[in-house]
This record gives sequence, structure tokens and C-alpha cells, in this order.
Amino acid sequence: MAREKDVEAGLKEWEEKTVSKTIAKYPERSEKFETISGVGVNRLYTPLDTKDMDYRESLGFPGDYPFTRGVQPTMYRGRLWTMRQYSGFGTARETNRRFRFLLDQGQTGLSVAFDLPTQIGYDSDHPMARGEVGKVGVAVDSLADMELLFDSIPLEKVSTSMTINAPAAVLLAMYIAVGEKQGVPMAKLRGTVQNDILKEYIARGTYIFPPKPSMRLITDTFRFCSDNMPQWNTISISGYHIREAGSTAAQEVAFTLANGIAYVEAAVNAHLDIDSFASRLSFFFGSHSDFFEEVAKFRAARRLWAHIMRDRFKAHDPESWKMRFHTQTAGCTLTAQQPDNNVVRVTLQALQAVLGGTQSLHTNSRDEALSLPTEQSVQIALRTQQIIAYETGVADTIDPLAGSYYIESLTDEIERKAREYINKIDGMGGAVTAIEAGYPQREIHDSAFEFQRKVDAQKRVVIGVNMFAEKGRQKLEYLKVNPEVEKEQAAVVKRLREKRSPGPWRDSMKGLKTAAQSNTNLMPAIITAVKAQATVGEICDVFRQLWGEYKAPDIM
Amino acid sequence: MAATELVEGVLQGDRRSLARLISLIENEDPSVGYALSQLYRHTGRAHIVGVTGPPGSGKSTLVDRLTTEYRRRNKTVGIVCVDPSSPFTGGALLGDRIRMQGHALDKDVFVRSMGTRGHLGGLARATSDTVRAMDAFGKDIVVVETVGAGQSEVEVIDLAHTILVIDVPAAGDDIQAIKAGIMEIADIFVVNKSDLPGADKKAAEINAMLDTDPRERAWRPPVMMTNARGGEGIAALVDKIVEHRKYLEDSGLLAQKGLQRSRDELRTIMSYKLTRELMEKLEGRPEYEQALRKIAERDDDPYSVAERLIAEFLVDYGRSVKENGERKRR
Amino acid sequence: MSSSKKIRVLVAKPGLDGHDRGAKVVARALRDAGMEVIYTGLRQTPEMIAEAAIQEAVHVVGLSILSGAHNALLPKVTELLRKEGADDVLVIAGGIIPEDDVPGLKAAGIAEVFGPGTPLSDIVDYIKAHVKL
Ligand SMILES: Nc1nc2c(ncn2[C@@H]2O[C@H](COP(=O)(O)OP(=O)(O)OP(=O)(O)O)[C@@H](O)[C@H]2O)c(=O)[nH]1
Ligand SMILES: [Mg+2]
Repeated sequence: MAREKDVEAGLKEWEEKTVSKTIAKYPERSEKFETISGVGVNRLYTPLDTKDMDYRESLGFPGDYPFTRGVQPTMYRGRLWTMRQYSGFGTARETNRRFRFLLDQGQTGLSVAFDLPTQIGYDSDHPMARGEVGKVGVAVDSLADMELLFDSIPLEKVSTSMTINAPAAVLLAMYIAVGEKQGVPMAKLRGTVQNDILKEYIARGTYIFPPKPSMRLITDTFRFCSDNMPQWNTISISGYHIREAGSTAAQEVAFTLANGIAYVEAAVNAHLDIDSFASRLSFFFGSHSDFFEEVAKFRAARRLWAHIMRDRFKAHDPESWKMRFHTQTAGCTLTAQQPDNNVVRVTLQALQAVLGGTQSLHTNSRDEALSLPTEQSVQIALRTQQIIAYETGVADTIDPLAGSYYIESLTDEIERKAREYINKIDGMGGAVTAIEAGYPQREIHDSAFEFQRKVDAQKRVVIGVNMFAEKGRQKLEYLKVNPEVEKEQAAVVKRLREKRSPGPWRDSMKGLKTAAQSNTNLMPAIITAVKAQATVGEICDVFRQLWGEYKAPDIM
Repeated sequence: MAATELVEGVLQGDRRSLARLISLIENEDPSVGYALSQLYRHTGRAHIVGVTGPPGSGKSTLVDRLTTEYRRRNKTVGIVCVDPSSPFTGGALLGDRIRMQGHALDKDVFVRSMGTRGHLGGLARATSDTVRAMDAFGKDIVVVETVGAGQSEVEVIDLAHTILVIDVPAAGDDIQAIKAGIMEIADIFVVNKSDLPGADKKAAEINAMLDTDPRERAWRPPVMMTNARGGEGIAALVDKIVEHRKYLEDSGLLAQKGLQRSRDELRTIMSYKLTRELMEKLEGRPEYEQALRKIAERDDDPYSVAERLIAEFLVDYGRSVKENGERKRR
Repeated sequence: MSSSKKIRVLVAKPGLDGHDRGAKVVARALRDAGMEVIYTGLRQTPEMIAEAAIQEAVHVVGLSILSGAHNALLPKVTELLRKEGADDVLVIAGGIIPEDDVPGLKAAGIAEVFGPGTPLSDIVDYIKAHVKL
């Protein structure tokens, strides 16, 4: 191609004449530039960097394979992304109040944060729950709490995302039961359970059971939802926590997709038809601080998943090829120092997610490196999304950064690196085996350590921390969870155990055990149990006794 | 605090005294020698089990399970876990304890992690004395987990009554297979991770290897299968350890091993004293520096100098030891 | 001959949160600074932490907590250590701990609280300066 030769010659001349002269006088800021994940960054990108790109094959059109440019044909011109702020703290009653506040402020979906005892399957009066009740999320012990949580919120109108993993099936059962009470059939419920146990083993740590029975719980929810809840996302395969644990962008994509592959394989092995569940798989990524790298990451992930679903798993339905994802701005980039700066970070990260084509977005509040966010901080965070959506115009055309030489070559690079990791994990026998051997954990830890060393050596700048730091911390109002919550909630669950009728409860527990020992779907038995007022802790204990608990491999 | 003050506490079963004594042992505190000599008479009751095998083979997980089984049998357990120290920084990440958290609150289980601090052979220098301290403390069973062993990490043989050599099925994970050197020290072979494919094959291979062993042996090391993670095969393994103990007693080997151990130990103590203490003194002698210079300048040669220095030194040293002894007696 | 005297540190995560990025990075940095580090992992109760600290005769206990349960759990650790006569152990903490809570924790015997963004070398230096060997 004559044009290519022309560019090549021009580039050479520019480097040798123009640039070298300038550099001789004004050296660049650094000898080497790289993204936050360590991908080398050139001085300039030109058509030469994308010369091998086949437009139809690599990018295609929005809503079409390989979905690099987006999963919907009109993207945000049709409907904006869902603005979904993660929240929950204290009691169900308090969180219900916060939910209604957010809906009044124009939020379009709910996202429930549960407290750690709930996430690990302990009731609020369990000794392990000491100090934790209602702290990082809302305490839900029983169906009664769940009813309070969604009091006066019509479930047929909202979509609800629940960050719950090991006991996801239990909380989903409770949501179904609440819907039923409100007169909303489960087929009409919309939302997501995170239900992603593999990343718990890798990065987030709220696991309970070993992989095998955990995977069964997950495939049981896949099947149950594909039969009964066509609008429900059965899993949110999460890279967010992997990234927060310190991975690079490529590792985030790789380990998340490797987990996705493991879930699909488990479901296929359980004789589910791939096209019956694949379109209800959803994903969840972080939006970190390297602007272009993040935009490229989202695009690369989408393209790679489409390849995997179509070519590796031979899914037929194009819906099965689409990676739909939620994004959260990166909590680990927030600083406790000069917290107002976080508003700016969040703005940029939110913009990246939108330019990367996210389906929904949580923007962090400026005070989250210190505590749970106050109402005011949450409002600023939500307004940030609204400003991007309504004032900047970035939502008015699809995938506006496509065709940028830099973005496209970064997209290729991240996809290439992610593929390498996935191949390696395949070679080890898949994600579950790799996780049990501690492989992704170790890779992430190495990246995290490397990153911290760079920050300490000021090779990575964090404003307000290792550059432009100020003495003393800026004071900020922050939200305190009432310490009485723990006592109250413990009393509530004790009372519940005394007052519920013992017959149905006992039968339901027996039924649960029988179901767990056979290979029938567990969902119906769990639904019966929650309706009989069995608590999260009691249900998990039945499983604990049968399945044991997971022990993490030592990776250091 | 000096080691001498801890002896009483250790003998009375005070955990903190034991812990501190072990630290002094590790730090080669000069007061330790006396304390150990006080404890020595109270030792010899514990059964000492060595657990060795390649990195990641499941040693710690297995030790955890063995402990559960021993506790079920009402035995108290002491555990020493050895991990390598970095040769560059001297630091160490001691990660075995994390597998033993199930016993964290059991007052009859005492777990101590230690770095090798430059010692080779699969143990730390302090391991042997630590085991002894746990013995004196009253533990019925003392389990020693060596560093993930290659072929030369066989020092545990000097220490343990029963040595478990762990191997795993040759599965896809990147665990190295055990090396010939440590195969030879096994009293019991354990094929761990029996839940993975290839465990039977592994056991058959070990048995085949034992068949070709030309040595006449009254105790042929049995090959046991365990799934330490799932807790399978553990009781049978403990039964075998008990059986091995009985064999050692009945055959007179226990007494013989005891004698051998005393011999080895005396030798170790003496050679340690010789190399460390005496070298220090030797190198501190005034004529040492001078001799060095002479050697460098080719005025003298290292062979003759070594002989001369040692000879002169030994004479002086003998005299000083004698005087010291007399002073103490007075 | 106490050249072989080493600083021994227990790094533990009390409470239920599973975010061990910080704890692991710190553990590794302490190892690289020549210390012997015992990492006991997630979900440690104060009782487990105190018992491990006793058995391992550590000089330092480093507690990482991001769940917000610090006021309930950290003072319990120092209290148990005191009960065992191990109050010479230097107990430090890190994680998400609001400024307002720091005085209370210090009064309870937590020697120092390191917030997010603390350089690793600060922690190493702090330990070296304050540890009682
Ligand atoms: N599948 C399977 N995995 C096991 C078994 N026993 C241990 N493991 C796993 O193997 C890994 C290593 O176990 P450890 O007990 O730490 O091994 P180790 O030999 O003590 O390791 P080092 O002390 O580092 O040499 C962990 O992930 C364990 O869960 C088993 O019987 N089956
Ligand atoms: Mg081990």
C-alpha cells in the first residue's frame, strides 16, 4: 500500500528530524511510558499500528458480532445506562429509607450491599458476627428482614442487583418470596445476583463452601432461572474485585473470563443447553485510573467473550455471545487524603466506563476510603453520572473512541495478554483447579506488590498521597452505623426463632438436607425454607455440615 | 529474660514460657544451653513424627488432619513447621500455620513456625532443641514439618522416630516429584491428594520401587493413601504411625535409635561449638591478622599457618577451659 | 551471638472482610525487610490472634481490617494479650479506620494506625523503631 509506505517514511523522518531535535533540548518526562498495568506506551500511534485490523472482523457494528463497539444497536441513543448506586447498611429498615431516597433522586436501579455475616452465612447473633452486623451492608437474617428491605418498593418496577455470593441462592429465594407477597410473579422480577463464587476464592474472600458444591448451587440457580425467571441475571461474573485486589487490566479480563468459562462448562456438564442460560450471564468490571487502557479493556473483554461463546462453546443464539456488564469506579484509587479529589477521579473513571459501553454504573462516593458514604456524598456521585449522561454529549454517538490508533492497538494488546492467561489456565485444567493451586491469587498479589513498590518509589503518582500531599487529614463528615444495630438485630433473629411455627420450619430443614444429598435442584427447597422463616445462617449450616468449608491455599 | 527462668514454666506447662524459650533457642541465646540441660531429663516421652515431601504436597494440611485425629485419641500435640528464610534478606514468610487454624484455640495444641535462618537440611538449627522443649513441656506427639524438600533435606531423620514422606499423584499441577534422597528415609509413604487422578498409579510405583530395594528390612515402609483436604485416610495413617512406634519398641530399634541420637547429638553440639565458638576465638587472636597478611604477601602459606594456629590455640584453649571449670567449682 | 535475632511479626485479618491485598503486601514487605512473618489469613477472631501471638512469640502484631468492626475487635486483641502478660507486643493496625476512632484505639493499646496510602517503608521503619526485642 502506497499510503502505508508514505506514513512509514513520514514517521521515520519525524522521529529522526523533528523529535530528536526537540528531545535534545527538552527531554521527555520519562524515558519509558507505560500504562498503570505496565503496557508500554509509544510516543505516537499512527495508521501503522492498526494496519492489520480488519474492520468487520475486529470491530463490526454495534449490536453485531464481535460487539467490540457495543452490545446494543443504538447504545445510549436508545436508553442511557442504568445508574445503580450500591448501598446498604445497618438494619433493613434504615436501608429501605436510603433506597427510597435514591429512587427519589432519579436512580434507576437498586443495588443491595449485605453485611459480612449475611455474606458468609452467619446470623446476626453468631459469635463470628461480632462487630460486623450492619457494617458494610444491611443485615438480613430472614424473610422478615427482606420484606422490610423492600417495603413500599414495587418489585415489578425496579431492577435489583444483589451483591451476594456464597448464599446467593438463599437471598434470591427471599426476593422471590417478597415478590410473591407483593403479588409480583417471579417471571416478572428483574435484577441480578452476583452469585460469583470463583472470584470470592480469588479476591474477595466471602466464600463458605468448597468449589464443587458451590458450583452446584450456581448451576442450580442457572437452571431454575432459565425455567422461571427469564428477566433475571443469574450471575455477575466479576472482575471488579480482582482488579481491586491489585491485578492489571489484562489480568482482570483474563481471570474474569476464565471464571466465566468455568461457569459455562459447569452448566453444560449439568446438561443445560448453552443458549438457555448464556444470555442471562452478566459481568462486572472496575474502572481504574488509566483512561485509555480502561476504555480499551472494556472493548477487548466484549470481543474476547464473543469469540469464546461463539467459537469455543458453539452457542447459536447471538444473545449468548453478548457480554453485558456493570461497572464500578475503582474503590482502590480513592484516597483518604484530600477526599474531595476523589470526586474528580470518579468523574474520569465514570466517563471511561461510558466510553467503554457499560450497561450500568456505580460511581463511588468521595468518602468511601474512610467509611460508608453519607447521603450527600452519594448524591454527588449520582449527579456525576447524570452530568455525563445529560450534559457532555458523550452518550450521543456510539463508541466514539473507536478508530483511534492508540485505543485500537491497546484493545488488541489487552485481548492478546488475556488470551495468554486463559490458555495457561486451560492448561492447568481450568479456573477451579488454577484457583485451588493459588495461581491467579499469586499473579494478582505480585502485581499488587509491584504497584505498591512503584507508588512508594514515586514511579506512580497518587495526588495528595505521594505528590502534592498536605499535612494532616481533611476532616469529613462520615456515616456511622449505630452500634446498637448489632444488639437489636441479634434480638430480632432470636425472637424470630422462638416465634415461628416449628413444624413447617423443621420439615423445610429436612427437605433441604434431602435435596442437598440428592441431585435435584436446590432452589425449590430453599424457597420453602425461607418461607418457613428459616434464617440465612440455618440454611447455610445445613450445607456446611454436608459440604464442609473452603480453605484458601497459601499463596505466599 | 534468660532461658533459665523459663525452665520452671515450661515444666509446668506454661505456653508463654515455652514460646519464649523457643525464641531464645532460635536466637542462640547463651543462656539456652543451661536451660536445655535442665530440661533434658524430662524429655524422651514424646513420639516424634517427621513430615517431609515436596513443596505444596499437602504437608501442612496433613499435619492439621493428623492433629485432629490425635486429639480425638486424647493425645496432646506440638507442631514445629519449618519454612525457608531468604538467603538475601534473612526474612521469611511462615505460612504453614494458616493450615492449622482449626486448632487455634485448642490449648493442647502448640504450633510454632520457624525460618531456616540459613541452615540447610530441611530444618532450622533450632528445630531439634525446640522439639525437645515441646517434649519436656509434655506433648505426647511432636510433629515436625520440614521445608518443602528436595533430595538433600533429610536432616529430619536425626530427629524423628517416624518419618512420613509425602508424595502426590503426578497430576498437572507444578509440584515437583519427590527425589530419590528422601525416598530412602521413609518409614511410611503417604500418597496425598488421593482424590486426584493417578493416586493408585503413584502408590504402585512406590511399591514397585520398594520391591527392588535390596536391603533386608523387618519394616517395609507401607504406602498409605490420604486425601488431606477431604480428611480421608487419616485414621488409618495414625494407626500405622502407632504400629511403627510399636515396631521400634519391640525390635529394640527405639533404644538403638536413642543411642544413635545421643551420639549424633553430642557430635553436633561438639562440632558446632568447635566451628562456631572456636573459630570466633581463633579468628580473634592477635596473630591471626598478621598471619593473614603474610599469606597474602606470599611470606607464608595457608597450610602451615592453619596447622600452627590451631595447635597454638588448642593449647591455650585447653588451659582456659580447665581454669574456668575450677573457678565454677569454687 | 544474637546476630541471628529476628523481628517476628504476626499479620492477621480480624473480622470477616476478605480484602487481604493490603495485609499480604505488607507481609511481603516486612519479609523483604528481613523479618519473620507469620500470616494467618482471613476471619481471625481476637482469641485466635492472641493465641497465635503467644505461641509464636512474636514481637509485633499487625492487624488489617476494612470491615468497620475495628472498634469491636481490635481492643479485644490487646486486652487478651495483656491478660496473657504479653503486653510488650507491639500491636499496630491498618485498613479503613476513620480518624475519629483512632484515639480510642490508641487508648486501648493499639500503638499506631496506618491509613490507606501509607508507604511500606513507613511501616517497616515504624516497627524497627518501636519494637521491643
Ligand atoms: N486435591 C487435594 N489438595 C490437597 C490435599 N492436601 C492438600 N491439598 C492442597 O494442596 C495445597 C498445598 O497444601 P499445603 O498443606 O500448604 O502443602 P505443603 O506441603 O505444606 O506446602 P509447603 O509447606 O509450602 O511446602 C493446598 O491448596 C491444599 O489445599 C489433598 O489431599 N487433595
Ligand atoms: Mg506447609
